[in-house]
Amino acid sequence: MSSTTASAAALPADPQTPTAGVAKKPVDPRSAKRRKSLAQWGFIAPAVIFMALFFGYPLVRNIVMSFQDYSPSTFFTGEAPFNGLDNWNNVFSDGLFGKALWQTILFTVGSLLGQFCIGLALAVFFTRRFPLNGILRSLILLPWLVPMVVSGIVWRRIFDQDTGVLNSFLGTIGLPGDTPWLTSTSMALISVILVNIWIGIPFNMVILYGGLQEVPKELNEAAALDGASAWRTFRSVTLPMLKPVITVVLVLGFMSTVKILDLVLALTDGGPADSTQTLGTLTYQNSFVQMDFGAGAVVGNILILISAVFAVFYLRVNRNEGK
Amino acid sequence: MATTTQIPAAPAPAVHRPKRRWGATVFGVVVLAVMLFPLYWMINTALQPDASLVDVGPVPTGVDFSGFTSAITEQGANLLTSLAVALGAVAICLAISAPAAYGLAQFNLRGGKTIVFGTLITQMVPGIVIANALYSAYVDLGLVNSYFGLMLADASLGIPFAIVLMRSFMVSIPREVIEAAEVDGAGRVRTFVQVVLPMSRNSLITAGLFSFLYAWSDFMFALTLNTTDDVKPITLGIYQYIGAHVGDWGSVMAASVLSAVPAAVLLVLSQKYIAAGITGGSVK
Repeated sequence: MSSTTASAAALPADPQTPTAGVAKKPVDPRSAKRRKSLAQWGFIAPAVIFMALFFGYPLVRNIVMSFQDYSPSTFFTGEAPFNGLDNWNNVFSDGLFGKALWQTILFTVGSLLGQFCIGLALAVFFTRRFPLNGILRSLILLPWLVPMVVSGIVWRRIFDQDTGVLNSFLGTIGLPGDTPWLTSTSMALISVILVNIWIGIPFNMVILYGGLQEVPKELNEAAALDGASAWRTFRSVTLPMLKPVITVVLVLGFMSTVKILDLVLALTDGGPADSTQTLGTLTYQNSFVQMDFGAGAVVGNILILISAVFAVFYLRVNRNEGK
Repeated sequence: MATTTQIPAAPAPAVHRPKRRWGATVFGVVVLAVMLFPLYWMINTALQPDASLVDVGPVPTGVDFSGFTSAITEQGANLLTSLAVALGAVAICLAISAPAAYGLAQFNLRGGKTIVFGTLITQMVPGIVIANALYSAYVDLGLVNSYFGLMLADASLGIPFAIVLMRSFMVSIPREVIEAAEVDGAGRVRTFVQVVLPMSRNSLITAGLFSFLYAWSDFMFALTLNTTDDVKPITLGIYQYIGAHVGDWGSVMAASVLSAVPAAVLLVLSQKYIAAGITGGSVK
């Protein structure tokens, strides 16, 4: 956000521009200014309208929908009568909501912890100079660029209990090679988290690596001269300097993890026995499988509420960084 | 590309100990191998006949392209749909976000900051929530099962990011350059098209790349805004494929490989843009 203040400071020339336009046509300067600002808004208006339609409207519409009774026939008859708090009561009294909420928390916290720790370790590793560093570092990005639903399907194959390569590898090295990775209710969520950690590592690594480049080398050298161990230097010098970047990585990671849908659908479709159902997939199930868009909207609104808390947090971090 | 950007670091004492440096390289290769194993396995499975019946060997012994043949006959049309939808989404995205980024970077408009904040916030709205409301609006507007409808929805994935990214770049265009063009008699639009856009070429490419990747990987809008097979991108195609032909892993993996090709090509062609996009769009 630092750029906002920078652009404001670079704009003192603003009052000069209208006079150049006014000199040609002797018009009331106020209307010339208005025309200029109208023309300038012309650049921004399409984006504002688009975002109002594709982000603002859905937000409002979801709130309204959560008080309406949708059924499979709604889209033929166009009728979705208001039903008060029925949707909310139904969703909250169904045990599945609590389960999905809890699993969303486990999924999000587990994914973030794994992605972040491994991403940070790799970022630190790649700050060392060694041959092929650049090539290796950019190739690690590849998993992040494959469509998530495709990654999910590839992992589904790897995880297959009987014919998957993971179990046959584990069997070869003498470990139990018959783990039901995706088909047991106790393992499925862990497996989904593992895949999401794999997906998130490149993003975490790249951003944290960028942050590490900004940490002045002299600081680490000074600490080393003072006799601090490498670990001590990292903890007391590098980590505090990295804090703004860490916050951004975690918040962005949170935002993309909490709403995840593609990966879960590709790996388990929410099963077995709803053991990988999250708020994102529950919204999808309610709306697009049961065709109960009212119930879907309720879960969606909860998801927005959770995201909004973090959005506020994120904007705060961004604003503080500009100062 | 990345190697050249990496080298000009300070000459470290490690130069005197080349063995240790190669040790790090070996470790890096191991890490990379683990990270890329699923992608390798995807290609390996795609090249083996009867991949689902027996244990798949670690390397394809007899390379067999039948998986690819059936993937192309069954999913080729979906690949083209993905390409068309993604390119359309990129066009919409750039046409809408480039002028907005310029306006927000260079015009001192009242409310401009609020819009920038709003743009940041929109990146956090869960997609499934958007789809939930969009579906009924699309039904009313007749946009369900249409290319244009999906392009618009997919463009929404890239627009906030593109605005933030290009704006942070366009802020640094010196005001004198723009004023000079205007003094020379260029109108606002001409200044934008002939001066600002060429100067912002790199950020435009980065934004375009990312909106392409977002649209190409989109699964959620494809799944929710289509009720027939009229508009079926490759992501949706593979997902339905696996539901219908779980036995035929060779073809599923071949289709997966094909769907990953654009990402791989983009990575090779434009490494520096991708790295710039990941860091620039999210941190600045």
